[in-house]
Amino acid sequence: MAKQPIITVKNLVKNYGDFAAVKGISFEVYEGEIFGLLGPNGAGKTTTLEVIETLREKTSGEITVDGFNIETDKNSIKQRIGVQLQAAGYYPNLNLSELIDLFSGLYGIDKTPMEMLEKVALTDKAKAKYKDLSGGQKQRFSIATTLINNPRIIFLDEPTTGLDPQARRNLWDLIREIRDQGTTVVITTHYMDEAEVLCDRVAFVDGGHIIGIDTPDHFIDQLVASGFERKKEVKLANLEDVFINLTGKEWREG
Amino acid sequence: MNPKPYSNTKATLAIAKASFRSILRSPSAVVFTLAFPLIFIVVFANIGGGGVKVDVGVAKTCDTIGPVYQALKHVNVVNFIRDQSEEDMKNNLSKGTIDAIIDIKKNAARPAYTVNVQYTKASGEKGNILRSVLSNIYYNINNGAQVNSPPQAEIRETTVSGREYKYIDFILPGQLGFSILSSGVFGTAFVFLSLRLTLVIKRFFATPVKRSSIVLGEAIARIAFSLLGALFIILVGHYLFGFTLVHGVVTVLNMLVLSAMGLIIFMGFGFIISGIAKNESTVPPLSNIITMPQFLLSGTFFSVSAFPKWLQYISNALPLTHLNNAMRKVAFEGAGLGDVTHQLLILLIWFVIVYAVAVKTFKWE
Repeated sequence: MAKQPIITVKNLVKNYGDFAAVKGISFEVYEGEIFGLLGPNGAGKTTTLEVIETLREKTSGEITVDGFNIETDKNSIKQRIGVQLQAAGYYPNLNLSELIDLFSGLYGIDKTPMEMLEKVALTDKAKAKYKDLSGGQKQRFSIATTLINNPRIIFLDEPTTGLDPQARRNLWDLIREIRDQGTTVVITTHYMDEAEVLCDRVAFVDGGHIIGIDTPDHFIDQLVASGFERKKEVKLANLEDVFINLTGKEWREG
Repeated sequence: MNPKPYSNTKATLAIAKASFRSILRSPSAVVFTLAFPLIFIVVFANIGGGGVKVDVGVAKTCDTIGPVYQALKHVNVVNFIRDQSEEDMKNNLSKGTIDAIIDIKKNAARPAYTVNVQYTKASGEKGNILRSVLSNIYYNINNGAQVNSPPQAEIRETTVSGREYKYIDFILPGQLGFSILSSGVFGTAFVFLSLRLTLVIKRFFATPVKRSSIVLGEAIARIAFSLLGALFIILVGHYLFGFTLVHGVVTVLNMLVLSAMGLIIFMGFGFIISGIAKNESTVPPLSNIITMPQFLLSGTFFSVSAFPKWLQYISNALPLTHLNNAMRKVAFEGAGLGDVTHQLLILLIWFVIVYAVAVKTFKWE
């Protein structure tokens, strides 16, 4: 597949007063890939995402999303993207199907709640309140709300933080399914094992700069070629594999 | 991808529907809008009025120098009304906004004073209070005179007929105002603050929805809920406690229109509070600063005329006072909205002030 950029970011700068959160970032996200933004807390990942999502004004730079300029075509972009925010809540006192109805109205699209909940395996929770869901269910529901408008791109900000290993792998499967159906995914995470197995390409962000963009394989190969060696001998399995093996890989809600 | 053009109306209605469902399931909204006002109505309808003032119209021909008038003047419950024309007084007497008209005549012969009192059936209880006050005065004056001499004064009474003004006719519009006030201020402040703090609004902004749709959707839901509550209170008042609705359905509709106007103003206070509150625990004190003075001073429980003069100035500056007055005129006197333009004008001034501040203080993030 020819690599067609769907998001182009050029020299993005974002200042909050005197504080420069993002100091001239440039990158491209290709259509149909899972793109990871990696880096420590405060590196500028969330700020970068929120500028692309049209939720924050940039200080300077140029951004194009699916062919639309972020300055002149905010609404066209909003109709083409799905956004999952870190730690966002949902309208109080409503159950999941009512929330889906609300978002369908906000996007101006007719979707039945069951159709959306089925995509994330939550049909049996249709009458449950968001606050009563488990961590993994909450994240799956958030992803369902990002898919209502059949977006070209979805943005997931730390979707797996705080999840147990089963729920995390379960979410990876869901994210891959979404990618396989043609939606581009931009994701942030603190877990390198996650980025390694999930992302087609990753960018490392630190101190408001991008310090490297490549496929996870390339990054690892380069490091190994430079003579790096792990202190401990790598075994064929790790402790998480043991955990999954002992507790079973079926979908668990905890 | 999206063949149909984006519809703001659809988005607004989706928010209105969600908000309405959410309000119905929130216990505090139901308690403040329905339970509290109904409890107050039940309690006050049964214990009757406190802080009673008997409004006595003084006829132009009335003698104000003689001992009878002077004695009446020193009775606390009696509130003389001297600035109305004879015709207004008569009208007000039959409506019950004046409880009696007094006309004291000085006679050349004995008895020296004839006290003509007109009572009204529209205000039977207060008439009785005045009657006992007068007979007390009558007794004192005549006793002070020489033994066996003819009495100094005599009392002649007549009673005009009028619609009976029951205490429920006073208390219900006040409770309706209270319900609207608390729903508008507390409800709006809490909803917008919590939507902001829990990032619900931020998530909304990631969709194509307009800000005006969010405000409008919320407003539609709150107005719909509060008007249903108002209708419920009016119907319970009418059928269980005999609340007077002069023109029936028309009166109810007028009351609902007034309720909606009041609600829009009080929601403005809610917007201001949601903007300046830092977290949810600062909402109640801020809201109480707005609601408590109006709750106590706007004629919700006691007639404003029972307050000392200086306090009446404050009362008459508050929006709820004028909403309550307009509501009572419409409900009991059968006034149309065109007859309460004075009240509506003051509410309009409040609307302008409140929303000018709200626009400055409201925060989206």
